[in-house]
Amino acid sequence: MNRATEQAISKDATLEEAIRWFRTMLTIRRFDETIDELFASGKVHGTTHLYIGEEAVATGIIGALDSGDVITSTHRGHGHNIALGGDVRAMMAELLGRETGYCRGYGGSMHIADQSLGNLGANGIVGGGLPIAVGAALGFVMQKQPKVVVAFSGDGALNEGAFHEAANLAAIWRLPVVFVVENNLYGMSGSVKEMFAIGHLAERASGYGIPATMVDGNDVFSVWEAGSQAVQVARSGGGPTLIEAMTYRYKGHSKSDANRYRSREEIRDWRKRDPITHLEQHLSSHGVDHTMLNEIRDEVVQVIADALKYAEESPWPNPEILEDSVYTREDKTGA
Amino acid sequence: MPEMTYAAAIRSAIEWEMEHDPRVFIMGEDIGVYGGAFGITLGLVEKFGKDRVRDTPIAEEGIVGAGIGSALVGMKPIVEMQFSDFIVNAMDQVVNQAAKIHFMFGGRMTVPLVIRGPAGAGTGAAAQHSQSLEAWFHHIPGLKVVMPAFPDDARGLLLSAIRDPNPVIFFEHKLLYKTVGEVPDSYEGIPLGSGVIRRHGSHATIITYSLMVHRTLEAAERLAAKGWDLEVIDLRSLVPMDIDLVVESVKRTGRLVVCHEAVGRGGVGGEIAARVMESEAFDYLDAPLLRITGLNTPVPYSPPLEEAFMPSVDRIAQTLETWLECEVVTQ
Ligand SMILES: Cc1ncc(C[n+]2csc(CCOP(=O)(O)OP(=O)(O)O)c2C)c(N)n1
Ligand SMILES: [Mg+2]
Repeated sequence: MNRATEQAISKDATLEEAIRWFRTMLTIRRFDETIDELFASGKVHGTTHLYIGEEAVATGIIGALDSGDVITSTHRGHGHNIALGGDVRAMMAELLGRETGYCRGYGGSMHIADQSLGNLGANGIVGGGLPIAVGAALGFVMQKQPKVVVAFSGDGALNEGAFHEAANLAAIWRLPVVFVVENNLYGMSGSVKEMFAIGHLAERASGYGIPATMVDGNDVFSVWEAGSQAVQVARSGGGPTLIEAMTYRYKGHSKSDANRYRSREEIRDWRKRDPITHLEQHLSSHGVDHTMLNEIRDEVVQVIADALKYAEESPWPNPEILEDSVYTREDKTGA
Repeated sequence: MPEMTYAAAIRSAIEWEMEHDPRVFIMGEDIGVYGGAFGITLGLVEKFGKDRVRDTPIAEEGIVGAGIGSALVGMKPIVEMQFSDFIVNAMDQVVNQAAKIHFMFGGRMTVPLVIRGPAGAGTGAAAQHSQSLEAWFHHIPGLKVVMPAFPDDARGLLLSAIRDPNPVIFFEHKLLYKTVGEVPDSYEGIPLGSGVIRRHGSHATIITYSLMVHRTLEAAERLAAKGWDLEVIDLRSLVPMDIDLVVESVKRTGRLVVCHEAVGRGGVGGEIAARVMESEAFDYLDAPLLRITGLNTPVPYSPPLEEAFMPSVDRIAQTLETWLECEVVTQ
């Protein structure tokens, strides 16, 4: 993109980019609000983890990637996939368990991923994606491809052994990995205060020789700037970085919970720092017209409503072929 | 007799042992104020405090290992796996450490540890949160494996598991947590390794455990209306296994069926069949073995797929009927 011809809104971000981020963040929110309603009304079975409140993290980080770069996602992965440009119709269809879903109904909420856009997988196992991200980076290096891997994780995942092994591998091999820790202060009910003996999770990176930064995860510009820098370092052979993005989930851990582990005040205070409102204010203060923002909002509502309709009208998958789906088509030796 | 849910029965066993044995404590992810992902530990932290109802970081290998270490120095830990699938993250500690310590050190040490958690499909939790992994642990000498089907057994067997001086894997079924049953007002415990004949019959013996006990009983009832008389045995514990009960039953009926939710390939059903083949019941067999199991796939998400994966009452009844028609009438 030729930045010189475009109005800068924050350091290097252009107004055009910021408006695109606004749309992405709204799409994530509207998508997850819809999922929340579907669960509340019993229309979807299983479980789901909503990204509402954390939209700026996925949006800012993925905004810093080039096409061809890849990510590993988590159990809270809808936002990552939407930020990559994922098809909300195929996402909705997956949640509804339909044949047209991203995983043909085999995976559900925790496994939605668009590989064609560089999403190597959402994951039901906390920390499960971290070594995989390192391996993807290793693969790129071995193939001499200048690509970068973003490994998303929650705060809680940093206490899994997998994180430690992955971080060390990335560091000693100087791999192009950016560890993005979405610190929403809790891993389910376990607060960061009780589950870590360090104040900031970013401190943990130094033990592996990995540089780290902390950012306001509800400010898409800060996230994007930190992401851009880390991605550039990684791409130029400088090795991994860890970004701790401070954010907050508005909803319960999974489809719902009683919030026994946090206070109403805390939730209320964080809602005052809403990432979408923050971006919207920033855009208006830079002269973006409210009607335009409202139009985007209406479009997003429509896109999600269409996605739901598409999903509801989609066929169910065929159970007959389940056992033929375990190994690759050519290989039936395991049957 | 008081009625209670399977979940409450499990809680009551933990509570009883914690009240009566100061060495007993429980640790796991979100088991404190949250009460556990399935509510098993609700109220326990308020009663026993944070030391003995210990919320842990998300670190399965660490907490299972910590359980082992505490057991070696005289504690009696219960470690909750939030979903039994996550025990996979702790496999070194379970398989290479807990299971082997007593044997490997020449019997000088014991590991009185219980690892418990929800297993099974049927909730739409998909491939990484729905498995029945009992065959893995059943294969490892040094571990006991318990899978209750009813609230009274859940309490009685868990009490025995906690009191047992060996590591015990205790798998609960998610779909059973809310089921209600009579639970005697006794805290004596039920010995591990005793099966129960849940239904007496003469045409075939069905060996099963956990959720499939319920489905098999329902299928047997349906087939009873068609004149088939089936015996259903609930193993309750896989290690130790009440093989005498199985052998005696097969000697009476001459036909063996095994039914479990876990993937059929390499499943516990194969071991049951092998032990029957090795026993005196072999001479009494009038039909080839019938296995009714989960498909040889990971657990899929979508409702029609997940339903196809698990043996349903319909599938069990239909499979049994076809087999019985072929094996009993043609003689
Ligand atoms: C290995 C493993 N252990 C436990 C869980 C259950 N679980 C799912 S998400 C979660 C909390 C994760 O916390 P964090 O990494 O902070 O991510 P967040 O949910 O806050 O986005 C837990 C305990 C799991 N899915 N996998
Ligand atoms: Mg978290």
